[in-house]
Amino acid sequence: MTAPTQSKSAAAIDAAAATGRAAFIGYLPAGYPDKETCIQAAIALIEGGADILEVGIPYSDPVMDGPVIQQATTEVLARGFRISEVFDIVRAVTEATGAAVLVMTYYNIIDRMGAEEFARRLAEAGGAGAITPDLIPDEAADWIAATDKYGLDRVFLSAPTSSPERAELVARSSRGFVYGVSIMGVTGARESVSAVAEEVVAASKSAGAPRVCVGLGVSSRSHVEEIGSYADGVIVGTALVAALRDGGAEAVGQLARELSGNS
Amino acid sequence: MTTQYRDASGPYFGDYGGRWMPESLVAALDEVAETFTAAKADPAFTQEYFRLCREYTGRPSLLTEAKRFAAEAGQARIFLKREDLNHTGSHKINNVLGQALIARRLGKTRLIAETGAGQHGVATATAAALFGMECVVYMGAADTQRQALNVARMQLLGAQVVPVDHGAQTLKDAINEALRDWVASVETTHYVLGTVAGPHPFPEMVRWFHQVIGEEAREQVLTQTGQLPDAVAACVGGGSNAIGIFHGFLDDPTVALYGFEAGGEGVETGRHASAITLGRSGVLHGARSYLMQDEDGQTVDSHSISAGLDYPSVGPQHAYLSDQGRVTYQPVTDAECMSAFESLCRTEGIIPAIESAHALAGAARLSAEWGSDGAEKVIIVNLSGRGDKDVATAARWFDLLPEQDVEDQSEESAAPNTGVQA
Repeated sequence: MTAPTQSKSAAAIDAAAATGRAAFIGYLPAGYPDKETCIQAAIALIEGGADILEVGIPYSDPVMDGPVIQQATTEVLARGFRISEVFDIVRAVTEATGAAVLVMTYYNIIDRMGAEEFARRLAEAGGAGAITPDLIPDEAADWIAATDKYGLDRVFLSAPTSSPERAELVARSSRGFVYGVSIMGVTGARESVSAVAEEVVAASKSAGAPRVCVGLGVSSRSHVEEIGSYADGVIVGTALVAALRDGGAEAVGQLARELSGNS
Repeated sequence: MTTQYRDASGPYFGDYGGRWMPESLVAALDEVAETFTAAKADPAFTQEYFRLCREYTGRPSLLTEAKRFAAEAGQARIFLKREDLNHTGSHKINNVLGQALIARRLGKTRLIAETGAGQHGVATATAAALFGMECVVYMGAADTQRQALNVARMQLLGAQVVPVDHGAQTLKDAINEALRDWVASVETTHYVLGTVAGPHPFPEMVRWFHQVIGEEAREQVLTQTGQLPDAVAACVGGGSNAIGIFHGFLDDPTVALYGFEAGGEGVETGRHASAITLGRSGVLHGARSYLMQDEDGQTVDSHSISAGLDYPSVGPQHAYLSDQGRVTYQPVTDAECMSAFESLCRTEGIIPAIESAHALAGAARLSAEWGSDGAEKVIIVNLSGRGDKDVATAARWFDLLPEQDVEDQSEESAAPNTGVQA
């Protein structure tokens, strides 16, 4: 095991914990609605209170994404988005804010470039690591080797349906934190966050995960407070993407302040 | 007989296969795998499966010699494995009945499926009706237009058909949407994947339910000709009918195996669905296999006149068999396919599915290449489905209908108006 101090996202989570709160992790799709606005929105998100930025790489077949994020990423792909843009965004946001910036990507994007080359370029851009929603540790030998080599975080998902053995595998294979899937379903804001979220966190912690952050369905300050009472971090995606769509970078900053209780 | 290739089990076929899937679905995949393994070793299960094949599907399907079709192509004898005569009109019923039995064993009450040409959707709707289960079929919006008759057919059988208007609106997008449904509904729902792609155990399980095609064909050709065939030809989209018939002959080294991919407007145009011919490894829908993708790893939209072959990847065992050189995969263009389609209609009185016509075209090409060497040779073509569903597409291709009639027909169809033309 690599020492946790090497992990940028673990450091951000621990810094939030030191002030008595859970970390706030905000998701935005790379290059939406365009590269410059995306960078401005990401900076506004971090200045508004996010501890970690999650930059989603638009992908042709996003099976874990609900309609809002799909619509956004489809638009980005339609304007001729290329992967190199992601590294530009990671670099710009990291340089401007010093925050931990993770990419969230379906694995074929990494596979096509090669795990080693992808990790090298991400590390070179100052990125903290990657969340890989359709990669399970069982298939991740190349990615684990590459992230070890470049000191990057690798965040695997633990689900309500994960057995204790699988929760243990996910905890052992992850670095930075474990992404606890709070509901069985795709991304999208929901009225309430299901009670299973707390169980997923408990299961993951008892399987050995030092840090568990919860995502899928989080859309309000009350969700953030509720989840923050038992998880190490709260991940918000769809609500921020909708804000960006409707009100640009300014609206993202405003929502970030609301969600983080800074408004 | 060696068993070098037969009965290969997942999760990996060489470098291919595996489980490139969200963690949320792993427990369900484990449950399906365990249930399938137990079921195929349980005589009560296999007896029930083969009873349904016999008494519901109408198996064994015939092996028909196509003398007049063969004579137009060259000198080889050509036999057709008549999966088109199965109940619901294609090989797809073999897999669907098996998976419905698995779903029942799992205690699931709802079946979901993706469909391209509609054949798998019709088969799943049929099984759901037979087993008294709820059924939702996801179908690309473009395909609901190309295959309006099959949409109505599924609705008649009590299924809900959901047109998918994301992406290319074809088979791959229907699979994405079915996966989204499954992640949210896995407690009550079994996903009846229609081909030998997807995460383990689907490639192995779907093949197992289609192996009956090759087992029957091998026995029938020995009885009818006294010899093994020189070649077996099948069309390959995801590759379920192909693996089903190939399996019977995989370890017969004298039998050449040919998989014919959809060449669309020609591989050189980029508008095709020939994933193996293109030769780029990647992961999509849960499996590592050959995948039509660009330099960044984005899936490239496939193109084919045949909705059922319009898929940018292929089952992982096919990728492996290609690398091993055991099966030869070649593209067949829309034009070649439709020429064989027309030929079979006129010479044999059989209207094939456009998917299957790719295999017919490939076999005709093979016989032509053999020339007089083909005189003593035998080819089996897997006629995976019948062409009733394709009459409108074929009528347009051959300009059999005045423009006004074509428009009238599409207006009357059950397909939603998405403004997208197939």
